[in-house]
Amino acid sequence: MKTHTIVALLQDRPGVLSRVIGLIRRRGYNIESLAVGHSETPGVSRLTLVVESEDVEQVVKQLYRLIEVIKVSDVTDDPTVEREMTMIKLHAPPAVRHEIISMCSVFGARIVDVGTNTMIIEMTGTPGKVENFIEVVRPYGIKEMMRTGRIAMVRGTRGHNASEYVEPTTNGATVPVLN
Amino acid sequence: MTKPLTGAQIMCEALIREGVEVMFGIPGGAIMPFYYAMWDYRDRLRHVLCRHEQGAGHAAEGYARATGKIGVCIGTSGPGATNLVTPIADAMMDSTPLLAITGQVGSHVLGKDAFQETDITGITMPITKHNYLVKNVDELPYVFKEAIYIATTGRPGPVLIDITKDAMQKTTVPNWDIKLNLPGYKPTYQGNRRQIREAIKLLISAKKPLIIAGHGIIMSGAHRELQEFAERLRIPVITTLHGIGAIPENHPLCIGMPGMHGWVHVNRAIQECDVLFNIGGRFDDRVTGKASTFAPHARIIHVDIDPSEIGKNVRVDVPIVGDARLVLQALLEDLPPPSELAELHTHASDWMEHIREMQDKHQGKQQYKNRAAMANMALPPHDVYEALSRTLNARGNYRVVTDVGQHQMWAAQLIDWNAGPRTHITSGGAGTMGFAVPAALGVAIACPNDTVWAIVGDGGFQMTNQEMATIVQEGLKNIKVAVINNGYLGMVRQWQELFEHKRYSGTPLSGPNFAKLAEAYGWKGLTVERSEDVQDAIDEAYATDGPVLIDFRVEREVNVFPMVPQNKSIGEMILSESQA
Repeated sequence: MKTHTIVALLQDRPGVLSRVIGLIRRRGYNIESLAVGHSETPGVSRLTLVVESEDVEQVVKQLYRLIEVIKVSDVTDDPTVEREMTMIKLHAPPAVRHEIISMCSVFGARIVDVGTNTMIIEMTGTPGKVENFIEVVRPYGIKEMMRTGRIAMVRGTRGHNASEYVEPTTNGATVPVLN
Repeated sequence: MTKPLTGAQIMCEALIREGVEVMFGIPGGAIMPFYYAMWDYRDRLRHVLCRHEQGAGHAAEGYARATGKIGVCIGTSGPGATNLVTPIADAMMDSTPLLAITGQVGSHVLGKDAFQETDITGITMPITKHNYLVKNVDELPYVFKEAIYIATTGRPGPVLIDITKDAMQKTTVPNWDIKLNLPGYKPTYQGNRRQIREAIKLLISAKKPLIIAGHGIIMSGAHRELQEFAERLRIPVITTLHGIGAIPENHPLCIGMPGMHGWVHVNRAIQECDVLFNIGGRFDDRVTGKASTFAPHARIIHVDIDPSEIGKNVRVDVPIVGDARLVLQALLEDLPPPSELAELHTHASDWMEHIREMQDKHQGKQQYKNRAAMANMALPPHDVYEALSRTLNARGNYRVVTDVGQHQMWAAQLIDWNAGPRTHITSGGAGTMGFAVPAALGVAIACPNDTVWAIVGDGGFQMTNQEMATIVQEGLKNIKVAVINNGYLGMVRQWQELFEHKRYSGTPLSGPNFAKLAEAYGWKGLTVERSEDVQDAIDEAYATDGPVLIDFRVEREVNVFPMVPQNKSIGEMILSESQA
């Protein structure tokens, strides 16, 4: 099954993420990663979804059925910049620290915490590069690992500014606030 | 308006502003403030007290399906709300505009497992078009307006509003100056003109064209346009279960119902056709059979207001997203003059002749009458339908609500549906047993001048028959119930007979004396056991000024044919037990 990267703009209302996840689950699509946060426009969130599906067009159409989903794009074949961040707590006794530090510099990773026998490393890069880095440090002993999931942005003038889809209301809010 | 109102009063005002006149519900702790306020609006907002929230939900669906207006149902928190789940799911599957209003525990105890607390917005997320949890009284005017707008526009569907008790009790000065802000909800109504011309091109070049008319024709009120379009091109029209009434069955171009219990000539025509034009149907698996084998020679044109339906179940050559009526109007505008349709007309009349030949060979109605096996039966179900069909068409002004199962398929097959849209109402997509009696209650309120027949099996009837009391309390005299009583969950038994070695596991079904039960509720109850008494009973039902139930004790093990076994091609129909 092909992996697709989908970017969506959502109205920032309570429960919207749960609606998106529920829909993906009940339609039987497989989520590889999902990342969501504020966009450039207040009241609008931007989501990056990586799914496995034979029929991505149907995934996009189903997402559009959700009232709060404003815009959905399958950017899989578009020129994009994709990034993912990971934090790794590595077994790092003093003897191997030097080695780890030089490995980090090759990958542009940063050491953000050092304990008596551990180090926390922060690394940002394309999903492939993150994957590589994890394999390289794995032999030292990974105690904990966390990944943010992929975020993707279309290069150049393509892509969508959230304000295109949202009309400001008289009170200045872009969408009615429903708490 | 500067007067402060309670949240509950605002709810009543909001409903009246949206044209709501009737609500079906049951009060309880968390929804009590709404009922308190409702008392002051009782001359403008009629409340119908049902006996179970499921009944209230189906009654609201019946009201909506008969009128096209929004149906409103009410339940309290917890079990009151969860009892609405089935009708909400039913409305979702059948695109019925439904507003479910539920009370919720006070916001200070929300999330603390308070008495009668249930996360109904979480539960109904997958079965509503949208839903809301309102904790702030100031949001009520906006939420009610948006909810009803969403439920009734685009592809209609159910919307639920869950309101905390304190939000109903607090007062505020409502702001009715509402501008909806729904950047993600912009239904497409006008079909793409280029695609419309493409569709016409395809239809004109067809030698064996077919139209499938679905629920969208009924909901958008496109029956006149459909008929004109079919007549101008002379294309045969198939009506799906929910498309019944889109074109009268006595119209020369109407050929009947497709699918699992559709007619042989209809399914064969689909398998032979070269252009298939589906307007407002969603290629449900009960229509297509095994989808990969469906209409193998056809180029398919699909009109649907919901883009996600297009290409979901079958491949489509010309997709048109839009409202059935507006698309048909555009198609009619763009049709070439009759001189350019001559070739199509020639092909179409040969094609129609071919379909009618197949029909003469296989038509089930006649076939049944001639079947020797039926000659020995005291009351074959078909005799009930024959009498009903004759009577309904002779008397006119009727609505028929059916439940789910054998009786439902017989009704769709054997009654001559000539009276137009919204006269046949059933639970199609969800297949909800127990739909008919409460839905008929809603229809009877919506259509006081029509006689409303609920045709129901003895299984479905025993799921929701408590609403007979509601019907009496509301003084509804225009309801007649025909129980097709065969002492089985008949459709399941049929599958067991045909495909599971007659292992009648969990299907034999007893019941009370339904006529006596009806009498106990204050209805007239009749029992019919022989074919020769059917017509008299129906006439007596009409002569009675009040609700009447007729218990038709039909032959127990009769099957619905034709039938396409599940997941088989619709070309592989079985016509009798011996072919299974």
